[in-house]
Amino acid sequence: MVCDSCRERDAVVHLTQIVDGTVAQVHLCERCAADKGVETTVAAPKTPLAGLLQSVQQQLVASQTDQVRCAFCQSTYKDFRASGRLGCARCYGTFEASLRDLLRRVHGSTRHAGRRYDPPAPEAMQRVSTVLELREQLRRAIETEQFEQAARLRDALREVGG
Amino acid sequence: MIDLTLFPDGGTGWLDASGEASDVVLSTRVRLARNVEGYAFTGRARDGERLRVLGQLRDAMPRVPSLAHGVLLRVDELGVPDRQLLHERHLISKELAGLEGALPVRSGAALVLADTVSVMVNEEDHLRLQAMRSGFDAAGAYALAARLDTELGTQVPFAWHDEFGFLTACPTNTGTGMRASVLIHLPGLVLTKEIAKVLAGLQQMGLTYRGLYGEGSEVVGNFFQISNQTTLGRSEEELLEHLTRVVRHVVEREEEARRILLRDAGYIIEDKLWRAYGTLRYARSLTFDEAMNFLSGVRLAVSLKLMRSPTVYTLNKLLIHCQAAHVAQFDGRAALTDGDASVARARYVRETLAAEAGTHG
Repeated sequence: MVCDSCRERDAVVHLTQIVDGTVAQVHLCERCAADKGVETTVAAPKTPLAGLLQSVQQQLVASQTDQVRCAFCQSTYKDFRASGRLGCARCYGTFEASLRDLLRRVHGSTRHAGRRYDPPAPEAMQRVSTVLELREQLRRAIETEQFEQAARLRDALREVGG
Repeated sequence: MIDLTLFPDGGTGWLDASGEASDVVLSTRVRLARNVEGYAFTGRARDGERLRVLGQLRDAMPRVPSLAHGVLLRVDELGVPDRQLLHERHLISKELAGLEGALPVRSGAALVLADTVSVMVNEEDHLRLQAMRSGFDAAGAYALAARLDTELGTQVPFAWHDEFGFLTACPTNTGTGMRASVLIHLPGLVLTKEIAKVLAGLQQMGLTYRGLYGEGSEVVGNFFQISNQTTLGRSEEELLEHLTRVVRHVVEREEEARRILLRDAGYIIEDKLWRAYGTLRYARSLTFDEAMNFLSGVRLAVSLKLMRSPTVYTLNKLLIHCQAAHVAQFDGRAALTDGDASVARARYVRETLAAEAGTHG
C-alpha cells in the first residue's frame, strides 16, 4: 500500500478519520505521518488525553486490519492474506478499503468496464433451491444477529411459500 | 474407468485442428469465473453449501439451452485415475481434480460437459464457465462462453457488485472474471533463442504465460499458454482484442523464426525433425518429456511441409494420449510404474503413427 500523501513510500500508519460525519481512511508512511503530527511510535503519552487518543488510534488500526470479521462468512483480512482467497461476496464490502487498494495495484483500476449484470429477482425464480438458499441466509442472519436482514429474508421465504 | 466416449466429442472437439493458424495455435479457451449469491465461496463453504450450489446448477440445466444436453459428472465420486484422465483432457483443473498436493477432492466438485461449453463446479469459484475452440479463435470462444453466461445468469443469481463487477474468490479475477488463453507451439522461437525476449515482452504487454497445464506447470515440448493478466477496468472485448493483437504478433515472429531456420540451417533442421519422427515411429520406450519433445519436432516438420503425415489432428491427439492416465487406460491398467508407462506409451505412439503412415511409409 502506498502513502496517500507522498505516493512514494509504503504506508505504515492507517487512520480512520471522521470529517463532517463521513468516515475516511487515510494511509501514510512514517515520515508523512510525522509531518502531519501523527504519533507513530509507542512512546509514553505525555498527557492523559494524549494517552486516550493514542489508544483509540491503535485500536482503530488493529480493528481495521485484523480484527474485523465478515458478518456473513466470519473471515478476517488476515485469513485472506494467508490464503489469497476471500471467504464470500460480502468480504468485498467488509474489507472494501484494503481491497480497493489491492485491486488498483493488481489491475490498475477498480471500476468494472465489462458486461453488466442484473441478478434475477428471487421471487421470479420459483424453485426449491431458492427456498433452501433463503433458509440458509436466514439461519446465517440469525446466527450473526442481523435481525433486520433476517426479517426481510423471513418475508421473502413466506412469499415463495417456503 | 469412466467411458469418455459417452461425452460429446469426448470433450476434445478443440483437437480437430480447424480454425486459424491451427498448426501454431492449438486451441483458444475462454473461462468466466462466477459465484452463486448467498453462499460462502468454495474454499470457505461447508459441504452442505457446496452441494446446494451443485443442486442449484443441476436444477437450472434444463432451462439453460447451452447446457440442456450436457452431462453432469460428479468429480467427487470418481477415483484418482478418472480424475487424472479428465485433467489430462484439459476438462478440469488440477485443483478441482483433487490432485494438488495433499488437498483431497472437495465434496460437490463436478463437471458439466456440453457440446461446445463446460462448467467446473466448486472450483476456486462456484462456477467456472468454459468454452474451447480449435485453433486461434478468441472471439468465437468468447461468444460461446458469453451466451452460456447470459443464459445461466437468469437462472442462478451471480455474486455482483456495481463498481467491482463479478465477485470472485481471488481478487486477481474480479471484474470480468474472464481469462482468455491460447495454447501455442513456439519451437522456432525456442530454437533461434528469441523466446526469452518474446516472453518478457508479453509481460510488459499485460499478458502472462504458463506451461501446458496451467498455473505452475513446466514448459514442455515448446508449448506455452498465453493469457490476459488483468480482468478489471477493461471490457471483455478490449481484453480479447488486446490478446488477439499480441498473439497474432507472436505467431508472425514464430513464422519468421521458422523461415530463418530453414534458410540458414535447412538440412540440419530437416535431419533433426526426421530423427524425431524416426524415434517416435520405432522407439520401444518413451518418457513423457521425450515424447513431447519429439512430437514438437514432428509438429514443426508438418507445419513446414517437410512431412506430409501425420496430420495436425493426430499430433494433437497424441499430445493428450501420451499422458500418464491415458497411457494406463490404453494399457488396460489403473496405474503403471514409470518404466511400464514408457513402454506402453512407445507402443501407443508406434501403432498410431504406423496406422497413419499407411501409404507414406
